[in-house]
Amino acid sequence: MFEYTFQWRQAFRALPQMLDGALVTMQIAVLSMVIGVTIAVLLAVARNAHSPWLRWPATAWVEVARNTPALFQIYMAHFGLGSFGIYLSPYVALLAGITFNNAGYLCETFRGALRAIPATQVRAGRSLGMGQVMAFRLIVVPQMFRIAFLPTTNQMVWAILMTSLGVTVGMSTDLTGVTQDLNARTFRTFELFALAGALYYCIAKAVMFAARLAAWRLFRY
Amino acid sequence: MIEIENVHKSFGALEVLKGINLTVDKGEVVSVIGGSGSGKSTLLTCINGLEPINSGRILVDGIEVHAKTTDLNKLRRKIGIVFQQFNAFPHLTVLENVTLAPRKVKGLSRQEAEEIAVKHLTHVGLAEKLNVYPGRLSGGQQQRMAIARALAMSPDYMLFDEVTSALDPQLVGEVLDTLKMLADEGMTMICVTHEMSFARDVSNRVAFFHKGVMAEIGPPEQIFGNAQHEETRKFLSSVR
Repeated sequence: MFEYTFQWRQAFRALPQMLDGALVTMQIAVLSMVIGVTIAVLLAVARNAHSPWLRWPATAWVEVARNTPALFQIYMAHFGLGSFGIYLSPYVALLAGITFNNAGYLCETFRGALRAIPATQVRAGRSLGMGQVMAFRLIVVPQMFRIAFLPTTNQMVWAILMTSLGVTVGMSTDLTGVTQDLNARTFRTFELFALAGALYYCIAKAVMFAARLAAWRLFRY
Repeated sequence: MIEIENVHKSFGALEVLKGINLTVDKGEVVSVIGGSGSGKSTLLTCINGLEPINSGRILVDGIEVHAKTTDLNKLRRKIGIVFQQFNAFPHLTVLENVTLAPRKVKGLSRQEAEEIAVKHLTHVGLAEKLNVYPGRLSGGQQQRMAIARALAMSPDYMLFDEVTSALDPQLVGEVLDTLKMLADEGMTMICVTHEMSFARDVSNRVAFFHKGVMAEIGPPEQIFGNAQHEETRKFLSSVR
């Protein structure tokens, strides 16, 4: 009835390669979050701006990022742009796709956080002689990050898991890419992907732990 | 000196200031009283340029607040304002709340800013709370911190906008004592207030606002003892 023989040793022998892949996965996720958060803050400000020239492009970004599959976004970055002669490597296309997705989701998270901060906070800053940008940077942004912190950590986990889509555009150095490559050579599909799944789980848990630690250090109030 | 000349201010179709004229000399304490919606608070936010005006002009030490060439950020260093809602920065400790603007706006070193902040926080009775976050302070303490924060910029003028209105009755006294102390030290102050005893005891002059017009202004004895305007008498009898 059940004749499959597990060969875990073979899978564990591949662990160093998979850990290298996990590092690449982490690198892409962290980069996509750092760039994504930066863009998301700008998009959130633009979404709240009076000028339609700022509001509309930001709204379009959010609409596409949130209402189309992440896989489509990564495909467009790799194959879609390729149609116009712009060739992005699988690594860059994956990073671009996930960053695009992160920025769209986080924009809405930050926009909600911005709305939760009373306008009188900026007014208090301005009354002390701060310019608009300084008041935003010193008073609004730190409070915004605190309010948005937990949803942002969710997105970070989502970004880690989304990196696995890179395999569809030929990414071979991240955790899924490496696992796929090992699978093609050994056919130990279950063992290898179970191990990869465990590694994804550990990475996600480690990120959440680090986020809690950071929150404890940063948000003492 | 603060000179307010024929200032008109509207929010949409609603005119909230209808030709205000007022001069406040250095060292003077002027209390502004009047009913809700009479334009008192709007006047204060116009004085430090947080609100634009429709016509007229406001001069602070000869500088026209709403002139296009005026550097408002620089001018505001001269004019401290404390609001009804304390507007403490919740992510910063008491000490950081008070040192933020001196460091970032005036460019003082951390040490210089902290020396000034400790001096003012001690002055308002918060020397023990330097490293506490505002969320752990009472309303009265938060308001006194807001006063210290404004004073740390070494302003020449202080504007107080109903600073006791959001406080529990038992906390009003501690904030009023702080204002009295500042008045005794010669700070030039315009206080929008509902505290009639404060207006009577501390002010050099009291202005009564009614429906966007400064209906009456005079020494406290005149306003509280022998008001000339019918509306002033009505208002005072309603709040006593």
